[in-house]
Amino acid sequence: MTEKQPAAATAVEMASRQREISVSEFFLKNRHLLGFDTPAKALLTAVKEAVDNSLDACEEAGILPEIRVQVSDRYGRSRVIVEDNGPGIVESQIARIFGKLLYGSKFHKLRQSRGQQGMGISAAGMYGQLTVGKPLHIVSRVAGDELASELFVSVDTARNRPDIHKKRRLPWDRPHGTRVEIELEGHPQKGPHSVETYLRLTAIANPHVAIDYSGPGGEAVRFARSTDALPPRPREIRPHPHGIELGRLIQMLSTTECRTLLDFLVDEFSSVGRKTALAIIGQTGTQLSERSYPKHIAHAQAAALHRSIRRTRVLAPRTDCIVPIGEERLLEGLRKELKADFYTAATRPAAAYRGNPFQVEVAIAYGGIGNADAERHPPATDGPDDGAENGAAELMGAKDEPVRLLRFANRVPLLYQQASCAITKAATQTNWRSYGLRQPKGALPVAPMAVLVHLASVWVPYTSESKEAIEPYPEILREIRLGLQQCARELAHHLHRELRLRREHGRRAFIEKYLPHIGVALQEILSLGDEERDSMVKRLDDVLRASRAPQETGS
Amino acid sequence: MTEGDAQSELDRKTIALIEAIATEVRRSIDGGLPPGIKVPVRSLDNVTYEPAKGYFELGDARKTRTLTVNTVRSFAQTLRLMATARSLVAHDDFATKREVYYISKNWGDCRFAEQAESDATMDDIEALASVHGLSREQLRFYPESHGGSVAGRLAVIDRSPATGETIEVDCAALGSGAYSIPHSVEHLGFRTDARFVLAIETGGMFQRLNNHRFWDTAQCILVELGGVPTRATRRFIRLLSDRQNLPVYCFVDCDPYGFTNIYRTLKVGSGNAAHVNRFLCVPQARFLGVTPQDIVEFGLQDATHPLQAIDVKRAEDALRHDPFIAAHPAWSAAIRQLLAMGVRAEQQALAKWGLNYVIEEYLPRKLADEGGFLP
Repeated sequence: MTEKQPAAATAVEMASRQREISVSEFFLKNRHLLGFDTPAKALLTAVKEAVDNSLDACEEAGILPEIRVQVSDRYGRSRVIVEDNGPGIVESQIARIFGKLLYGSKFHKLRQSRGQQGMGISAAGMYGQLTVGKPLHIVSRVAGDELASELFVSVDTARNRPDIHKKRRLPWDRPHGTRVEIELEGHPQKGPHSVETYLRLTAIANPHVAIDYSGPGGEAVRFARSTDALPPRPREIRPHPHGIELGRLIQMLSTTECRTLLDFLVDEFSSVGRKTALAIIGQTGTQLSERSYPKHIAHAQAAALHRSIRRTRVLAPRTDCIVPIGEERLLEGLRKELKADFYTAATRPAAAYRGNPFQVEVAIAYGGIGNADAERHPPATDGPDDGAENGAAELMGAKDEPVRLLRFANRVPLLYQQASCAITKAATQTNWRSYGLRQPKGALPVAPMAVLVHLASVWVPYTSESKEAIEPYPEILREIRLGLQQCARELAHHLHRELRLRREHGRRAFIEKYLPHIGVALQEILSLGDEERDSMVKRLDDVLRASRAPQETGS
Repeated sequence: MTEGDAQSELDRKTIALIEAIATEVRRSIDGGLPPGIKVPVRSLDNVTYEPAKGYFELGDARKTRTLTVNTVRSFAQTLRLMATARSLVAHDDFATKREVYYISKNWGDCRFAEQAESDATMDDIEALASVHGLSREQLRFYPESHGGSVAGRLAVIDRSPATGETIEVDCAALGSGAYSIPHSVEHLGFRTDARFVLAIETGGMFQRLNNHRFWDTAQCILVELGGVPTRATRRFIRLLSDRQNLPVYCFVDCDPYGFTNIYRTLKVGSGNAAHVNRFLCVPQARFLGVTPQDIVEFGLQDATHPLQAIDVKRAEDALRHDPFIAAHPAWSAAIRQLLAMGVRAEQQALAKWGLNYVIEEYLPRKLADEGGFLP
């Protein structure tokens, strides 16, 4: 006990050290939560966040997205440029959107969109700031403006506020759109976690999007659009009472503009009419009445109200707010980027988990590995280049490999944390053996096949803020399983058909193999000439063919 | 010789049969129909016991093997095997079952993968031929195993395979050895003054009786069965008994296997090969011993072994299902008696009273009362 211990702190001393932590600081220290844990992943996440934002903006503005992605790399410093033909951003908002965490238009809305938190792109900028020290470089032009705005923005991490380094107006050849340039410590990867794979998957799930990509190795790929029709714009909905948490309820009570509890329940929630609202209030059992003033409802009363909501039967949430890709579009996307022998797709009817409507889509591409229509220009350098050559093959397992899962949430590809994702769980729980595939116990089936699963929802339950995996709620698992089964049934038909054709072919070969021997035997027994023998074998072949014909057409 | 004429007559019949089948196949093809071959159904449903004839017989059920994708291989093999048989008959040659299997190795894709395949195809052709009064030996397909041994007052008239000249084998002049029944016995002739044929289950007992020239004192022919008799042995005994009008007495162990598998097979044939029983059965055979009653009369109770579970099962199966046993109440009674005693006795059990007790006491006493043999 001779060692000298630091003097015990007093409460006053402690108080002097206690201070606010900004969200920005928190994420700077916990950057893995946002998907920036390794340079390789950080590069991909940066591209992903920028592309997601571009697509969301274009679609909301009703513009067919035309995206240009450029990744270059110099000694571990990567430069990412993402340019779109979107509506552009009003200059006064640019700094806040890119230089402030948790600032955005999507968090407070219950509407199906790619982004939901308003954190991604500023986090990417913050990461670049941290690793390379350079601010985000943004150019944006709103349609009708004469000049574009150019800003260099970084995040003031202590105060979670944008820090504008430079701002000016300049002419830009695009009539409208936004260009984001990030420099960061990155490591370009090949294979399933490459930027190219990510963009290819994006092209599959978004057949209305055209992407031009030029990669760090000089490779250039264009993912053309296969349809000119934008997906219908998703409708915004109010929360369903059964999905609401107590904290959120209290917050809603305090911010609502409704003057009575009855109005609050009817106006602020979906699927709640006067009758249901009265039933909820009636079951509360406290002094609450339909005329209670929402802002004055105490915590204990709110808790009782929350319990009562849970106990009351409420209509299932509306599902017309979900916009699936659609079976046809899904197939188009797959056909475009992934050569296979057989395709099938299934869109499940919408369902709900914890009051949040969602919809599952499944598609399967089976057999025949090859490249797709994407135009490919050979890389400028003659370096060894195995990954790029089979870019499309990455998405489809080989004959003796597990099938590839292509996971999507609100049309965004999910590339990491496959093991903890609801889609993986559902795929391993499905019994593929009964559809004619090999499947090791508790694992994905083994086949040259890509299984695409898309979950669309107003609020996708990700397992973390980096949006890499979907939480396996039982309702979600069930819907995915049903979708998988639906596609697997079609696949089983296809496999069966193929098998029959192969067998038929085998039968022909079989007959051709043994018929000559019948000829030889008859020749020996009946002492026939060679010509007699051959004409008899020929006739026998005709006889067998004729006797089999009805079976062939009958099936 | 008349036997030689009969032989060539049978050969002509064999060739004609094969040619008729081939012609029928050809006619179907010419007529634009899938060809077929009609073969008797060989399953046990189609096997009946004819008490009057005294053997298991194949019924009238026939099935047509039509040429389809699934049968094209075996159809081709059947025809090729028939062509082989035809050429064997035409060239007065033969092939063992194993050799047939190897002949097929020259057939390319059509070859048999294993001998079980060629044996099965052969059985089909044999069944087909049997309907027309022709045996497998007639098709010149011989089994690998030869027949049992013969000794006693018998001269076998054979001919040299090379020159065709007649050879006579005196089975009384072979010393301590014996005559070995060949694969095919159709061409054999016999000369004998024996009163009966004694068919013996074990080689040891045959040896003892032969060494003491029992056939001389009892004026008989000894044939060693060696367990369940081979087809050649059965056919040999049948021909010998038929042509020389001799009774056949069987001397086998006193157990269900001896009764149903050895004796019954010799006398009426087996259900498995019902299509050939008419050639192989020996309806003249009767059961000398050892009978369950012998155990009592010759004091062998303490030279027995308890019946094994398999023995009991075999005995009960025979009582319940075997039409031969059912047709003969004496046999049912004997088997019931054995089951009641719960023991079995081997031929050698008689050695209890001295090695030569069987020669000096048992056989003379039994032979003195031929009417007492089991049917």
